[in-house]
Amino acid sequence: MKKVLSLALALMMLFSLCSFSAYADNPVVKIGVFEPQSGDNGAGGKQEILGMQYAKHLTPTVEIDGTTYDVELVYADNASSNDKAPTAAQTLISNGVSLVLGSYGSGVSIAASDTFDAAGVPAIGVTCTNPQVTAGCDVYFRICFLDPFQGTVLANFAKNELNATKAYCLAKQGDDYSGGLCNYFIEAFGKDNCVYEQFPEGTSDYSTYITNAQNQGCNVFFSPVSTEAAAQIIAKADTQALGMPILAGDTWDSNVILQAAKGTNVKICVTTFYQEGANADFDAGIKAWINSDATAKANNGGNDELAAVTVMGYDAYYMALEALKAAGSTDPEKVLEVLPSVSYEGVTGKIAFDDIGDALRDSAFVKECNTETGVWDFVSVATVG
Amino acid sequence: MNVLKTTLPYIISGISVGGQYALIAIGYTMVYGILRLINFAHGDVFMVAGLMMVYLAASLPLYLAIPLVILLTVLLGFTIERVAYKPLRTAPRMSVMISAIGVSYLLQNLALYITGGLNKNYPQIPWISDRISIFGMETSRVTVITPFLTIILVVVLVQLINHTKIGMAMRAVSRDFETSQLMGIQINRVISATFIIGTFLAAVGSILFFTNYPGVVPTSGAMPGLKAFVAAVFGGIGSIPGAVIGAFIIGVAESVIKGLDTILVVNGVISEQIGLATFSDAFTFVLLIIILVFKPTGLFGEKSTDKV
Repeated sequence: MKKVLSLALALMMLFSLCSFSAYADNPVVKIGVFEPQSGDNGAGGKQEILGMQYAKHLTPTVEIDGTTYDVELVYADNASSNDKAPTAAQTLISNGVSLVLGSYGSGVSIAASDTFDAAGVPAIGVTCTNPQVTAGCDVYFRICFLDPFQGTVLANFAKNELNATKAYCLAKQGDDYSGGLCNYFIEAFGKDNCVYEQFPEGTSDYSTYITNAQNQGCNVFFSPVSTEAAAQIIAKADTQALGMPILAGDTWDSNVILQAAKGTNVKICVTTFYQEGANADFDAGIKAWINSDATAKANNGGNDELAAVTVMGYDAYYMALEALKAAGSTDPEKVLEVLPSVSYEGVTGKIAFDDIGDALRDSAFVKECNTETGVWDFVSVATVG
Repeated sequence: MNVLKTTLPYIISGISVGGQYALIAIGYTMVYGILRLINFAHGDVFMVAGLMMVYLAASLPLYLAIPLVILLTVLLGFTIERVAYKPLRTAPRMSVMISAIGVSYLLQNLALYITGGLNKNYPQIPWISDRISIFGMETSRVTVITPFLTIILVVVLVQLINHTKIGMAMRAVSRDFETSQLMGIQINRVISATFIIGTFLAAVGSILFFTNYPGVVPTSGAMPGLKAFVAAVFGGIGSIPGAVIGAFIIGVAESVIKGLDTILVVNGVISEQIGLATFSDAFTFVLLIIILVFKPTGLFGEKSTDKV
């Protein structure tokens, strides 16, 4: 009896390995979605995917070289972890994707770049802002601005608008995004006027860092960390009466932050890619879609507040379609060949690549959290020049 | 005066963190004392208690949600013991430990499945999460309450162990498992009681911890669980006062190390930051290694006598 049972189990496992592909009339082109769906950046990754899903909902097919292809999004969860990223990347490559979108979070993108490079599969970073993602990797491109730019914008904002003289910078240890952004901020703000500290993975007590900032007499708190940590920092900043504005990068443009900050007495300013209201038709369309789909709404944090990363994900999907059209083939090698010359007029502005594969972008939006209503208020468009 | 003013916030927050570690550490130490089992799932039970609160408080008023969370957590601890540990009572100790690791991952992954890996905001509990000001520093009331509540619970627990029948049975079982069975002690009842007390304290600890640091993710229990375990070993695993004192020492040391740079800079001892804050976690685990090397039984640990 036992033998029969174990044999049946073994067979079941074997069958699950064979995938049954559904019959469709059109051939299928696969686009890999390399995003965190769990871990520190799970919330952000899911919001970025939402944009791609909405774009696919609007444009489910693409015409490549005279043939209409159905687009299939293939998902791989990199779990926000640098050591799981290469495996997730490999999963996508084994699935035969033509190109890859993502990831949210720079560390995972850097970790996976070698895997994509070796397979010759092009990847388009959506909101990974660390310069190392594209530098030294021929297959990685990106559609967002970079950290040196963002760090400088934030430092100028702190100096000129907030009149700050001393900054407290907090990054997560071993995190390429927050560590990198802090470095560029410090470079632009002046090293002598900054206090830089890092917290280890798994930290839950941020009260000491708040106390550190207060004790050192800082007047701006810069912490471009993950939204999970952000929620805790905001709560502590409120109970301990931080008494200085908190500044952060694009990661904080999320409704996780809005929920955490609502009803508190903390001033929060962030730089971001897109300001809700810039394109009213688009906003209305995606909100209607989010509200009609329960899973999408849950992944967006239970409301229809738009995150900039969602809009970036939307543009990334169309950028991928443009690349496929230009290549006239689903072969990753052909896509890689044409990608440097592809450009697209997206919701977040015109997207084109420079020699390294970075987007040519020169402006960022600065927003402030309205703690009474729980929405973002537009502050200014910042450029560096 | 300046030294006191800059140092006090770290010490107060450290004592508070220590109190939360202590409540988890007791669960580790009691189960170890009786079963000689390191219950790796304990930290995750703590996390599940946090998640239950998030979901229950969304639909129930808090005066119902809080007792219900404690009750359900206790039930969870009891069920884990009955399902995953009891059938392995006669198996080698290693098997039970592996089973505990299995339960730990099961709970983490269930939480991952239910929450989708996203951060859940812990509900605000009125009064204890209010902001108060002591000695000119701003903090929440829960920070101040935690250590006192911890000490009250520990005193009650020690009374229970020293002066009740079930307490006596627990002490007997922790001394000698088999002999106490021969003396007519119902071993399963004693073990269940141990798990119930341990998870009750973890549930209370979870309410205090997450009110203070209001975000629950599936791995929320891992780090506090690990540190509480270090605290239990530090104080001498199996000893309740040891676990509590160990937890307070670790909580305060960790908090002070995070702020040491600032304390030194502000008081003019050093002129520039040297990045000590980075080592706060490393310190905890170095401490564990040192204790194990020089005093394997911990601060208050009993000498183990192996019977032939």
